Amino acid sequence: MASPIMSLFGQSPIKPLQQHMHTVLECVYLLNPFFQAVIKEDWEAVEEAYNTIAEFEDKADDQKQDIRLHLPKSLFMPINRSDLIQLLSKQDKVCNTAKDIAGLILGRKQVIPKKIASDMAAYVKSAIAVATEAKVVIDELDELIGSGFGGREIDRINKCITKLERAENKNDKRQITLRAKLHAIEADMPPIDAMFIYKTIEAIGNLADRAQSAGEQIQVIIAR
Amino acid sequence: MEVLNEYGQILLILAIIFGLFMAWGVGANDVANAMGTSVGSGAITLKQAIVIAMIFEFAGAYLAGGEVTATIRKGIIDPLTLQGTPEYLVYGMLSALLAAGTWLLIASIVGWPVSTTHSIVGAIVGFAAVAISVDAVNWSKVGTIAASWVVSPVLAGTISYMLFKSVQRSILDTAEPFENAKRYVPMYMFLVGFMITMVTLIKGLKHVFKDMGFSLSYFEMSLVAGLTGLLVAVIGGIMLTRVQRDIALETDDRYANVEKVFAVLMIFTACAMAFAHGSNDVANAVGPMAAAIATIKSGAVTAKSSMPAWVLLVGGVGIVVGLVTYGYKVMATIGTKITELTPSRGFAATLGASATVVLASGIGLPISTTHTLVGAVLGVGLARGLAAINLRIVASIFTSWVITLPAGAILSIMFFYIFKAVFS
Repeated sequence: MASPIMSLFGQSPIKPLQQHMHTVLECVYLLNPFFQAVIKEDWEAVEEAYNTIAEFEDKADDQKQDIRLHLPKSLFMPINRSDLIQLLSKQDKVCNTAKDIAGLILGRKQVIPKKIASDMAAYVKSAIAVATEAKVVIDELDELIGSGFGGREIDRINKCITKLERAENKNDKRQITLRAKLHAIEADMPPIDAMFIYKTIEAIGNLADRAQSAGEQIQVIIAR
Repeated sequence: MEVLNEYGQILLILAIIFGLFMAWGVGANDVANAMGTSVGSGAITLKQAIVIAMIFEFAGAYLAGGEVTATIRKGIIDPLTLQGTPEYLVYGMLSALLAAGTWLLIASIVGWPVSTTHSIVGAIVGFAAVAISVDAVNWSKVGTIAASWVVSPVLAGTISYMLFKSVQRSILDTAEPFENAKRYVPMYMFLVGFMITMVTLIKGLKHVFKDMGFSLSYFEMSLVAGLTGLLVAVIGGIMLTRVQRDIALETDDRYANVEKVFAVLMIFTACAMAFAHGSNDVANAVGPMAAAIATIKSGAVTAKSSMPAWVLLVGGVGIVVGLVTYGYKVMATIGTKITELTPSRGFAATLGASATVVLASGIGLPISTTHTLVGAVLGVGLARGLAAINLRIVASIFTSWVITLPAGAILSIMFFYIFKAVFS
């Protein structure tokens, strides 16, 4: 019982793509409790948080595989196929980075100096905020198709992207302050510890960058 | 001549049985596809689709199916070449019905997307060219028909593209899409009413009016069609007043309420589609049956023969039976499988396809409703309206052209020689 009309409609990758982003964000959110535990030096809770992050990262990986498998070349979409695959891999990199950060800290039970603890927590939160704004942009994808790539919807997305960029700028500023504070105390710290914290700060910055890049991929999709 | 006198009764019964068989195939296969976009977009339920199909398939066949029926029964074959041997025309038409019906049955079981139109045209051309003579086929007409198979999906795609773009501009891409949907959707309803009435007046009621002794000018027809369109729009407008905006729905999808408005419009386009399909594809079963019956009754091949109304009734009954016994299953599967098609897209595709099919019916060209609908859906896709279209089906349509035409032809040639051996 095959009907040409039935087989004409392929599975849309848009919803699964958005669900993937939701998983990514859930994974990134966990960095917050993770760093709370690190600051308290409660290593049991840190390990627990790391395991949950790894779980979500795995889930996102599975979703990514599934979307790729259901994107045959014969699919005719209003979005360029390779742009879509690129968006997917950009989303995926965000939670990969989250897992890397958590792994880096758990691996050597890196203590965060009390003097920069509150700045560190705020910095992590501002990176998470960038990922949240990226998710808001990705959530517009189905509406973009629903409107048939209407000009108003594109304006709306551009506004969301402006917010995303603003969040990333904030994160950059926090990074600069945090680095300055760390610089002030680095002489009193074991040098390797200082190096690792610099590295962690950089990695968190990368996470925000990657989230921004995933959100901005929508502009590439619209431009075609 | 003697053959028709001797076996006339048997041949007549066979013609009805084979005609029913073919009509069953059309109902089982084709109608489900024609209604698929309407059921699939969730605008109408399966039961509603069946009721709409029953009424409007029949109306389309009766009111606007005359031209295509004429093409099938006397346009493809040159009747003059068969004047000495009218029984060959009867064998041929019986073979064509049996061949196309059998091929449809095989294809449905195996799951190939075949067109009823291609099957019957292939079968008629096949027996005429091989079993009678190459000159018996009206090749220029066949050429026109073949060209229309390429033109119709393209035309439907173009119309659907423009319809969707107009929806985008006037409704989707505005500050108040819901209010604008309520404002502009009745205009599309007007279009549906106007189109169907116009075709009915020009093609269908012509002979009825002639018998009654009056005729309408094009201006008068447009006036009547315009009034009917207006009536349809008013009825639709009243139905739209019952569609309430539910803000809660919009948190997840901002177009959820707009789509509810389009769902009402789709009831009208579903009727148009069933009408269009009836006006074009019912002829695939009724045309050969009518040709056979007219020849049996008169005992000669006549270029000018009128078609008895009961033949049409047999065709209509066959289609409804096919729909109820098998087609609804196909429709149900389509309904659950197409979740990506929203009413605003479904309407554009369905209306584009039905306008094309109705136009072809007016000119008397038998085209494939399914292929036309595929073209229409692709048109909406090109307007960036659909998230994912599987292009593999386009290749399978080309394959079905290449396979169905010879398959119908070979089967009908076989049956022809069998009938000839049995009766002559």
